[in-house]
Amino acid sequence: MSALPLVALVGNPNAGKSALFNALTGARQKLGNYPGVTVERKAGRLSLSDGRPVELVDLPGTYSLDPGSPDEQVTRDFVLGKQAGEKLPDALVVVVDASNLDNHLRFALELIALGLPTIVSLNMVDLATRDGLELDAGVLSRELGVPVIPTVAVRKRGLDHLRGELETVLGQMGVVRPSLPTRDFDAVRHEARRIARAAIVRETPSRRLTAAVDRVALHPVFGLALLLGLMFVMFQAVYAWSEAPIAMIEGLAEMLSNAVTGALPPGILRSFLVDGVINGVGSVVVFLPQILILFFFILMLEATGYMVRAAFLMDGVMAKVGLSGRAFIPLLSSFACAIPGIMATRTISDPKDRLTTILIAPLMTCSARLPVYTMIIGAFIPARAVGPGIGLQGLVLFTLYVSGIVGAMIVALVLRMTVTKGKSGGFLMEMPKYQWPRPQDILLGLWQRAVIFLKRAGTIIFTSTVILWLLLSFPRVPDGDPTSQVDHSIAGRIASGLNVVLEPIGFNRDISLALIPAMAAREVAVSALATVYSIDAGDDEAKLEQSLGDRLKDQWPLPTALAFLAWFVFAPQCISTIAVTKRETNGWKWPMFMVGYLFVLAYVAAGLTYWTATAAGL
Amino acid sequence: MRLTELPLRQPAYVDLVDWSVLSLSEGQRLREFGLCEGASVEALHHGGIFGNGPIACKVGRMTIAMRRSHAAAITVRTDAQEDAA
Repeated sequence: MSALPLVALVGNPNAGKSALFNALTGARQKLGNYPGVTVERKAGRLSLSDGRPVELVDLPGTYSLDPGSPDEQVTRDFVLGKQAGEKLPDALVVVVDASNLDNHLRFALELIALGLPTIVSLNMVDLATRDGLELDAGVLSRELGVPVIPTVAVRKRGLDHLRGELETVLGQMGVVRPSLPTRDFDAVRHEARRIARAAIVRETPSRRLTAAVDRVALHPVFGLALLLGLMFVMFQAVYAWSEAPIAMIEGLAEMLSNAVTGALPPGILRSFLVDGVINGVGSVVVFLPQILILFFFILMLEATGYMVRAAFLMDGVMAKVGLSGRAFIPLLSSFACAIPGIMATRTISDPKDRLTTILIAPLMTCSARLPVYTMIIGAFIPARAVGPGIGLQGLVLFTLYVSGIVGAMIVALVLRMTVTKGKSGGFLMEMPKYQWPRPQDILLGLWQRAVIFLKRAGTIIFTSTVILWLLLSFPRVPDGDPTSQVDHSIAGRIASGLNVVLEPIGFNRDISLALIPAMAAREVAVSALATVYSIDAGDDEAKLEQSLGDRLKDQWPLPTALAFLAWFVFAPQCISTIAVTKRETNGWKWPMFMVGYLFVLAYVAAGLTYWTATAAGL
Repeated sequence: MRLTELPLRQPAYVDLVDWSVLSLSEGQRLREFGLCEGASVEALHHGGIFGNGPIACKVGRMTIAMRRSHAAAITVRTDAQEDAA
C-alpha cells in the first residue's frame, strides 16, 4: 500500500475490537478483501498527536494463532508478515476485554511473544467495573512488559493515551523477524492466569446485568417468545417507520419527473429520462428507508450481543434439521443480504454444515426482495388492522418471511438426508456480555449500507433499467398500428416466448418481462415493471398519473399477485449470490445445484398459490 | 458428575475432560475458551423446551454455549477447591 506506518488491531472476538477501530478511525474507513480469500479487510486512518497518519487494520478476531478458519488464518499470516500483499505491521495493538483477562491474556501473551512493538488496550474497563472488578493497569504492564492502556472504546475513553503510546513505540522501531512462539499451550494459560490474578485489585460480586437479562432471554419459553416478538416488531417497523421518508422520496422523484417533462418536448429523450431513469431507478431508491430499518435491527441485534442468544435458542430447532445454532447467525444476516450471510458461514467449521447453510441462505428473504413484497402488498392487500397494533399488510409480510424460513428448514432437512449426508457438527460459542452499542457505530454501519445500496441503484439497477427501456422502446410501433409499444418491442417478444412456460402459474407477460432483469438484482423487478407500465401508458395523462401499485391493481388479478409473491419467496437468486457461492464452494457444482432447486421450488410454489387462490375464487 | 447433571448456578470445577469424544477442532476451541481440567465452571441455562437444547455455562469469567453431547464429556466436581495452577 503506502509508506505509512502499519498498525494491526488484533484480539479475541468480543473484546470490543471493532468499536475501538471505529473510535480510532472514525468514518475514514476502507473496506476491501484480502486477495484470494473472501475475508473482509477493514482499514482506516488514524492521526497521531503530531498529525502523522498511520494505517490501522482491524484483523478478524481469533482465540489463538492456531487458525481454525480462513478468517483466523488471515490474522495469523498478517501478524507474521506472511499475508500476500501486506507488509509486516510496524506495531500491534492487542485488545483485551478487562473483565475476561484470564482468557484474553493468553492470546495477548502469544502475540507479545512475536516480538513486534506491542501495546495492550485494556478495553471495556467500564463493564468490568460494573461487574465489581477493579484492575491495576500498572501491574499488568509490568508483568507483560508492554504498555497497557485502559480504554472504553464506546465512550472514547483512553484513546488519546493510546495514540500517545503508539507514537512512542513507532518512534523506537527496530527490525523484527517475528516467529511463532513455541511455548506449550498450558504453560501460557497458567502464566495468563497468574498475571490476571496479580492485576486484580478488588473483586466484589455484584448484580450482573447480563446474567439477569439472560434469565429471560435464554429461557426456553419466554426467551423464544421474546425472539419471536422481536422479529415481529422488526417486520412491523419496516412498514410503520418508513411511511414518512418514503413519501419524501416519492415527492422528490415526482418533482424531478415533472421538471423534466416540463423542460423537454415529448420524444425519445424525455421518455428515456422519465420512464427509464427517474421512474426506473426512483422506484427502487424509494425502498432505501425500509432496507435501512431492517439493517438497523440486525446491526443492533449483533452489537448488543443478542444475536448469539438467538443462536442458542435456535440450536434445538436447527439440530433437528441437521444444522447448528451457529448457522442461525449467517441465516439472520441473509435477511439483509445473502452475500454477507454466505460469507459469514465461514465461522462454521463443519464443511457439510457449512455447505447446507450456504445452500439455504438464499431462502431467507433478503432486503432486495422487500421492494417487490412491499409494492405488491401495498397494491393488493388492504391496509386494515386485524388486531391491536397488528396490520394486515405487516402480517402478510411476516407470513412471507416465515414461508422462506419454513422452506429453508425443509430443504435443509432434505439436503442433510441426501446430498450433504453425514454426522452433524457441534455448537460451541462464546456468549458475549450485553452491551449498549455506541450510536455512532450503528450509524456508521447504516451509512455503509446506504452507500452500497445507492451504488447498486446507480450501477446495476440503472444499467439493467436502461437496457430494458431500450429493449422495450425499439423497434418503435409504426404510426397508426394498433399494437401496443410493449407488444411490438424486442423485450415484449422475448417475454411472450417465456410466457408459454410461466402462464400456467398465472404469470402474465409483464411479469415474465420483469423476471429476466431481476436476475441482476431482485429489486429490479420493481423498476422493470415501472418502466413497462410507464412506456405502456405512453402519453396517456390519466395513466401516467397513476402510481405503479394502482396500475398493477388494475391489470393483475389477485391470484397472479399472490403467485408472484410466492415466486419471490423462493426466487432464483441474483447473479452476485451465485458468484459468491461459486467462490465459497470452489466451483460451479453447488451454485448450479442451488439455482436449479430454487427455480423448481419457485415454480411449484407460485403454481400452487395461483391454483389454490383461483379455486378459492379470489 | 457430568456437566449435564450439574444443577444450575452451583459452582463446580472441571475434573476430567474426555477429549476423545470431541473432534480435534472442538477440543482446541474448548481449551481456547479456558475449559480444561481445573477450570471453574457453573451451569447457567439449559436450552430447549424439553431441556434437550444446548447448555450455557460460565467458564472462568466467560460464558459459553455447548451442546449436551459435549457437556456430557466433561466431568465436574463440586467439593474441592480450584487447582492452584
